[in-house]
Amino acid sequence: MQWYWVAEYVPKFIDGIIITLQLLSLSIFFGMILAVPIGLVQVTGPRWLAAIARSFCTVIRGTPLLIQLWLLYYGLGSLFPLMPEIRESFLWPILRDAFPYAVLAFTLSVAGYEGEVMRGAFKGVPKGELEAARAFGMSRFKILRRIWLPRALQNVLPTLAGEFVLTLKSTPLAATITVFDVYGVGSIVRQETYRVYEPLLFVAGIYICLTAVIVVFFRWLENRVPRPA
Amino acid sequence: MSSDTPSDFKLHRSPAEALIVENIHKKFDDTEVLRGVSLEAHEGDVLSIIGASGSGKSTFLRCINLLEQPDEGELRIGGEQIKFVVKRGKRIPADMKQVERLRSKLGMVFQSFNLWSHMNVLQNVMEVPVQVLGVSKAEAQERAEHYLNRVGLWEKRDAYPAYLSGGQQQRAGIARALAIQPRVMLFDEPTSALDPELVGEVLKVIQDLANEGRTMILVTHEMKFARDVSTQVIFLHEGRVEERGTPQQVFYEPESDRCRSFVSSIH
Repeated sequence: MQWYWVAEYVPKFIDGIIITLQLLSLSIFFGMILAVPIGLVQVTGPRWLAAIARSFCTVIRGTPLLIQLWLLYYGLGSLFPLMPEIRESFLWPILRDAFPYAVLAFTLSVAGYEGEVMRGAFKGVPKGELEAARAFGMSRFKILRRIWLPRALQNVLPTLAGEFVLTLKSTPLAATITVFDVYGVGSIVRQETYRVYEPLLFVAGIYICLTAVIVVFFRWLENRVPRPA
Repeated sequence: MSSDTPSDFKLHRSPAEALIVENIHKKFDDTEVLRGVSLEAHEGDVLSIIGASGSGKSTFLRCINLLEQPDEGELRIGGEQIKFVVKRGKRIPADMKQVERLRSKLGMVFQSFNLWSHMNVLQNVMEVPVQVLGVSKAEAQERAEHYLNRVGLWEKRDAYPAYLSGGQQQRAGIARALAIQPRVMLFDEPTSALDPELVGEVLKVIQDLANEGRTMILVTHEMKFARDVSTQVIFLHEGRVEERGTPQQVFYEPESDRCRSFVSSIH
């Protein structure tokens, strides 16, 4: 084993870790914003909206993330340059970059998987607690904000922690569309140093540390919210 | 014990009308659960509704705060009539804002407590005053601690519902209902889900509330309790009022045979 290259590449790996964490946190943030309504409408209706949400989850969960990523980047991303109105718009510097496509793909993925988790979470809140909120004159929105959503999240916090760890470990797929995350940096090292295993082990070590951070964070969060009855 | 409501309601000659329910009908699919039930409660009245399982008493109580929508009938809470409209063959409240406002004047206590399990006891009791009634947090906390004290749960204010006994949870549920300072308290079989040894502590609290002149509608299987606290007792049978009157009339001089055999258990 030879590790002489590590010192030289530390700055690059730090950049890679930042990219990985940005990709992960942005897609979890936007993904959960979508997942909550996707889960909710499947429990409350209206029926047509529930059908759309259910189809979305089925499509996202039924196709490989790699293909979704490539369809967005090589498909959508290669259509945009052909449209002058986009090419000349202020959005072009963003749309030219690979990173936003990665965020979009991972956001949709989180929305699909966690939408399904949230459906179960909303359904699992005892009817009586919602009824009590209704009986005391809370509006529908207030019930959702004060009772239903916090209660649902409390139920699925451990599940979500596991899901986010899985999301972290699918982020290397973004390297296939030229996003230089931790794995992407590892590939550069392999190409430049002709070392095969050491960079892979090094990258694996980084992912273990990042996973540990997520796990510890969620354990702390779980301890802060009371256990459901 | 400190009291926050005028306890001299009973002294008034003609107490104000608190709740009027007229001719409630309710069907679930093809089953007629309620076939025209009426009720009138004035300030300070304690009305008990008794009857066999399936006689419609819980459904009737749930119609009062519109957790179930009555197919027919009128509701007046504190002199305000609830407006209904018919949409696609279904009779629904015309104005949800009105329903929410009137609901917040009815303090409901549930058979299965239904405390919000992600909040501690104090937060449970503060929630509606702060979120629905617009009371300031400081005042809501003061109120909550006062009522928790009343039901003997002040020491448990930081506990989460999962860590309380059934009797404690129900007393917290009563404090939650009291904290909205309701026009009428609605009790839906408040002791039916409790272990026998815990029933007493909850009945004691309800008894105190009755004594201080609170307006209450109580659905119960506790016959002796209903006899002792009520100003009026209603015996429901198959969705109709079969017997109605003072505890003395209903429990000792009922006109209906069904009522006589139903109440015979307390003699």
